[in-house]
Amino acid sequence: MNRMKHKNGVRVRRKVIQGAMFGIFKICAAANGIALAIMLYFLVSRGWRAISWTFLTQPPIDSMTKGGILPCIVGTLCLSIGAIAVALPIGVASAIYLHEYAHPGRILRLIRLGINNLAGVPSVVFGLFGLAFFVVYLDMGVSILAGALTLGALTLPVIIGSTEEALRAVPDTYREASLGLGATKWQTIYRVVLPTALPGILTGTILGISRAAGETAPIMFTAAVFFTPSLPTSIFDEIMALPYYIYVLATAGTDIEATRPLQYGTALVLIALVLGLNLIAIIYRSRLRRGR
Amino acid sequence: MQDSLKMSTVDLDFYYGNFHALHGVTIDFYENQVTALIGPSGCGKSTLLRCLNRMNDLIPYTRVEGKVCLDGEEIYEPDVDVVALRRNVGMVFQKPNPFPKTIFENVAYGLRVNGIKDKAFLADRVETSLKQAALWDEVKDRLHDSALDLSGGQQQRLCIARALAVEPEVLLMDEPASALDPIATQKIEELIRDLKKRYTIIIVTHNMQQAARVSDITAFFYLGEIIEVDKTETLFTRPKLKQTSDYITGRFG
Repeated sequence: MNRMKHKNGVRVRRKVIQGAMFGIFKICAAANGIALAIMLYFLVSRGWRAISWTFLTQPPIDSMTKGGILPCIVGTLCLSIGAIAVALPIGVASAIYLHEYAHPGRILRLIRLGINNLAGVPSVVFGLFGLAFFVVYLDMGVSILAGALTLGALTLPVIIGSTEEALRAVPDTYREASLGLGATKWQTIYRVVLPTALPGILTGTILGISRAAGETAPIMFTAAVFFTPSLPTSIFDEIMALPYYIYVLATAGTDIEATRPLQYGTALVLIALVLGLNLIAIIYRSRLRRGR
Repeated sequence: MQDSLKMSTVDLDFYYGNFHALHGVTIDFYENQVTALIGPSGCGKSTLLRCLNRMNDLIPYTRVEGKVCLDGEEIYEPDVDVVALRRNVGMVFQKPNPFPKTIFENVAYGLRVNGIKDKAFLADRVETSLKQAALWDEVKDRLHDSALDLSGGQQQRLCIARALAVEPEVLLMDEPASALDPIATQKIEELIRDLKKRYTIIIVTHNMQQAARVSDITAFFYLGEIIEVDKTETLFTRPKLKQTSDYITGRFG
């Protein structure tokens, strides 16, 4: 069977090409981890000195050159939770409509076009929109409410996209089986489809929270302020927020160089917050997955 | 044998868009009998089956002409409650498709969507259905385990139990054993012979020997038309048409 035997040159060349390609793929994949590692190294090495119990639980003093960032932590938490509270119900409901109910046609195409364009709007434009519409026109003032609504609009396409993905992953045979037993379409959705799609929806929520927590431009005009002496007591209060605080300290603070450690410390806290929120959702999602 | 008519179609035509899938199908299904629909791939047997519980309504751009009756009443009338129809005419699919829930919740599903919450009632009906599906002994100690942990054959029997739990009158089975190994297939076939005492069963099968083993009446389909319908024994031993005997003896298909 001479024609089946490897010609020596060919075999070697194939091995080299395979090896090279796998090597390139591995490097690309590793690059993700390396980039994150480098970033974390920078932040940690420059900011760890600022982290202390005081830093996390006290408000800033001495014109924000000392003290802590408690109001910022509280503000960012309020905004993230608020944004999800707005985007999750509307986003999931929209995705359910788009995937389970809508008939193919012009209206469906228009809606999808709208969602895709919404996803592409720059975050500073969202900020301006939030200012003009929520803060001024609806007279909410600079407040948690205005900020959460603006961030919610920004997060909406993320939620819709990942929820639709999750719904698509639910096998049609489940829907058929349910309808065949005499369930209505809505019963099928909330008893079978949604529970099955829940892990995927949670993934979208994770992405959404991360995005909402870190955005600066949308909250600059709508919710966050340079400084406020007390913690928020209502949704109409203005707040301080972690990403905006970093910006403020680094550009317009009273002593930019001296407060560098504070800036890095704030950045560290922000990342920790985002990772913490992610972790909660990941744990919940893996519990659900194990349950099947 | 005087049998009462349970379901029937009269001059049924079915279209997928422009494709004319069923041509003037007229067939009777008798109570407590197993009727098998056989024929080569794409001949319309599954399409007919799905017309009987209006599952084809879920597919867009389809059209039905003619009559389909359950207990003498037409099911394609506009005022018919499709949800109620599907409780009376249950379906078991080709590939077992238990929900990603516990065994108990799978069987109880049909009852819960009907608004039944009483725990004792549910437990009782789940037990009865699992016994009818010959699965009770194998799962009675693990009703709250995931249904997805069961083997293929057990999952299919679970799907049968699930369909039986709502106490339908007719059971439609679309190649119920084609995805199963021979031992599981045998169990399903025994089950069908047992179930016909209580239910009217209509089964689509690719496997002619299975049709011969399990059914009382067999209908041979080809390209959307019924070629011949007869008592199973007669159809397989003394078919009236050459086309039938060609298919049965494997000359084509």
